[in-house]
Parts: sequence; structure tokens; C-alpha cells
Amino acid sequence: MCGIVGLFLKNPALQPELGKHLETMLIGMSERGPDSAGIAVYHSAVPEGQSKITLFNADTNYHWHKLAGDLADALNVETDIDQKGNHARLVAHCPEDRVLPWLRANHPDVRIMGYGQLMEVYKDVGLPADVAARYGLAGMEGSHAIGHTRMATESAVTTEHSHPFTPASDMCLVHNGSLSNHNNLRKWLRKKGQEFETDNDSEVAARYFAYRLSEGASLKEAMEAGLTDLDGFFTFTMGTKDGFAVLRDAIACKPAVLAENDDWVAMASEFRSLAYLPNIEKAKIWEPAPATVYTWSLH
Amino acid sequence: MNTIDLEKTTLREVNQRLQGLPAETNERLWKLTNPHGEHACAVGLTAPIEVHIDGHIGYYCAGMNQKAKVVIHGQCGVGVAENMMSGEVVVKGTASAAAGATGQGGLLVIEGDAGTRCGISMKGIDIVVKGSVGAMSAFMAQSGSLVVCGDAGANLGDSIYEAKLYVRGTVESLGADCIEKKMTPHHLEKLGRLLKSAGIDADPKSFRRYGSKRSLYNFHVDNVDAY
Repeated sequence: MCGIVGLFLKNPALQPELGKHLETMLIGMSERGPDSAGIAVYHSAVPEGQSKITLFNADTNYHWHKLAGDLADALNVETDIDQKGNHARLVAHCPEDRVLPWLRANHPDVRIMGYGQLMEVYKDVGLPADVAARYGLAGMEGSHAIGHTRMATESAVTTEHSHPFTPASDMCLVHNGSLSNHNNLRKWLRKKGQEFETDNDSEVAARYFAYRLSEGASLKEAMEAGLTDLDGFFTFTMGTKDGFAVLRDAIACKPAVLAENDDWVAMASEFRSLAYLPNIEKAKIWEPAPATVYTWSLH
Repeated sequence: MNTIDLEKTTLREVNQRLQGLPAETNERLWKLTNPHGEHACAVGLTAPIEVHIDGHIGYYCAGMNQKAKVVIHGQCGVGVAENMMSGEVVVKGTASAAAGATGQGGLLVIEGDAGTRCGISMKGIDIVVKGSVGAMSAFMAQSGSLVVCGDAGANLGDSIYEAKLYVRGTVESLGADCIEKKMTPHHLEKLGRLLKSAGIDADPKSFRRYGSKRSLYNFHVDNVDAY
């Protein structure tokens, strides 16, 4: 079982409150997922030509500053590192496609949680409230954010199988459900050049959408293609640099509720996560229809 | 009126208090504030009281209701009024999936839209939806009526038994063994009564009726021995 939440701010004036509201939403899903939680927050963009990468090592005494220094020397660029719990946010004054290969080659002990110019990703074990506090979620401003809470039923409580999955730059996906054709799809996606980090079915969905987007599909087109190619149960919420999408399978047995007003769009597994959003009592609230693509964009 | 604030009183206390009211109680009017999407709110009521829920509510609200009237002034989650026996449940907003599931009696009125599987396995409940219903509504419906003033999603009335379905708008598709049936004066009168009791001003003649073709396995006389 798990809970998923997503908040997309249409009104820029609300951006300072993004983290505060997502924290409340995440805590609302504690009963659906008390074991671990993950968040992807789109905020404080780095300038063009720079990249922001969220890294993980279980050891809170990990030598992050040495890593950042070594990277700076190797690539001859400026770097900046900021540790949060067992994660670190690395900013490099060069594009991510220079940083990622260096990290993979020189630091296999570090897991890349997400990358881009906007998105930061934190996943950790514990109650959603504790995870949110550990990473200072309430203080994060930004345009949109997605969260996931997990109740471990089929595998261990670890961070690598946790959502959100981050298959491409500034892109993340959370999934409630299970896919039945993930093995075939994984094979097909490997042939198309996608590389996998886990055997998880949700990672297959994430990389499937990443592949469709990389082929030039719009967010809506990518989600629509998923309805044809993905077999199984799913409620997805996906974030891109400037977009937000929700999709359920044709049977729609995995719960979802959407709420929208002029200021924001919010998605959650249950209404409990939406109950404290500003002006929720006057928002439009509905259950997203099966096999129907819902997308929103900042532009 | 008795008002209970769900921010100050636990849901369990609220439910126990309402469930414990004797049939002859004088405390007939109740208001629950700050429900914040709680699950299983105002369930298992047996006294003829009226409960107003002031806000959006979670799963299985007013489930197993008998005799009470529960009014939800907001949106409600999965399975509102599931297995209702009698009484009345009114949803002022929209309802999620499986509204009125397995309901055996009473009246469920949804003033907004209902999600998928509205009236699944209904067994005698009357459901009136002012808006539209989602896919697979009245799946395996056994008895009772489902009235839809808007449209019905795909596979309406799949594997239906004896329930009566009335739809004013379009039906995306009918499920297995569900067919359109003739609207007789008897049905018009019944539909008129249902609309009136739901407080909806609509002409029964503008609806079409759907029901069971009675051609699936369990209806076939050759299979009687199997039971």
C-alpha cells in the first residue's frame, strides 16, 4: 500500500508556501505509508549552464565536501555542496551530462536521486512527518512538488525502491499500483537505450514516459501512449520541468482524488491529504476518470 | 441542534455517540464540523436522526445506515452509503467510486457527479444522481433503481439482474446482458416519485430505461439444476 500526493501551483504568489502545503499533504498519507517517504520538489532553479544533482549515501558522515572538490578539479568547474540528512545537493557550474558520467565512474558508492536545474529529490525511511522535518520540506518554495509514502508489504524498507522515480532531467513519477507487462517493456526500453537501476515495475513506467518525452511527445501524448502500452493497475502522478500530469488505468481501482481552483491543482490518494489546502472548501473536487489524461502546464 | 467538532472529538467517540442513541431520542438534529476527509464517518446509525456533515469526507461515509438521514455538505470518498439498509443519504458535492455499493434499501441522492461503479451490486437501494455516473455503474445490480440525470459511463449495468436503470443523458455503452427497455406508465410513475423524493425537478419522460435481458447463464432454465 502507498499514498501519493502532488501539488502544482498556478498562482506564483503561493510559491513560498509550496513546501509547507506538501508537508501537510504528505503527513495526511501517513496511514497509507508509515515506513518511508519520498519527495521531489521543483524549486530554486540554478542558472542556465549549471546543474543541480541530489545525491545519497547512507552514511551521514560521508565526505561530501571532498567529492565536490574532486569533481571541481576533475571537470575544472565551480561546485557547491549542501548536506541534508543522508542526502546532499550538489550544484555544478556545468551541464548535468558532464557531471553524471563522472559521478557514475568515480563514486559508485553514491546514488543519484535526481538531477536537472530545478528538481531536488529526498527519500528516506521513517514516518512522513519525520522525513519532511529531516529535509526541511516546509521551508522549500517552488512551483510544484510530488510526494510518496510507502507501507512496505513486498520488499524491504530501503530508499532505492522508493518513489519518486527520476528517469530524466527534472522529471519524476510516483506510482500506486502494479504493472503486469514490465518485463517485456523493460526489454523493449533497453533496446531503445534506456538504462535501469532496479527491477522495479514503477521504474519501467518512469523510463517509458521519459523515453516517449525524449522522442518528442508532449506530456499529454506521452501519457496517452502509456494507456496503450502499460498493462496493469496504476494511478500515476508525474512532474516535469513545467508540467504536472495524473493518469489512472481503465479499471481505476487505485484511489485518487483531484482538487483544483484558480491558484493550484492538487492530487492525492485520499481527500485527507487535501483537507488543509488553502480555500479547499471552495475548490472543485472530483475523482479522476479511468483512462483519462489530466495535464497542467506552467506556460 | 447538537454540534460536534471533529477537531476536538475523535471520530470513534462521535460514531459511538450517534450509534448509541435510542430510537425514541429527542436529540434528532446533529452537525459534524471539520470532518477533514475522515473515513467511516457516521456509519452504522440506527436511530431516526438527521446528521449534517459540514465539509468533505472520506471513505464509507454513512455506511450500513438504517433510518437516519445523513447529509454531506461537500465531496465524499469511496463507498458512500455502502450497504445502506434504510433511511436517506444526500451528497451535496461529487461522490467517488462505488457510491451506494451493495445497498439494500433507503435513498441515496448525489447532487454532483458520481465516480465509477456507482450502485455496484445494489440490492434494493434507490440511487438518484443529479449529475453523471462513471464507468461500470450498476455492475451486477440485483434490485432497486439507479436514476442518472446526466450521462452514464461505459458498460452500464454489466451482468445486471432485476434492478431498474433510468438515464436522461447519453450512455457510453451498455454492459453484458443490459438492454434498453420500454418505459411504461408504471415506470414513469415510479421514476417521477423517485425524482420528487430526491428534490429534482425533471420530466420522467425525458429519461430512457435500461435493465436485464435475462440471457446470461443464471437466467437460463437449463441451468436450474446447477443450483
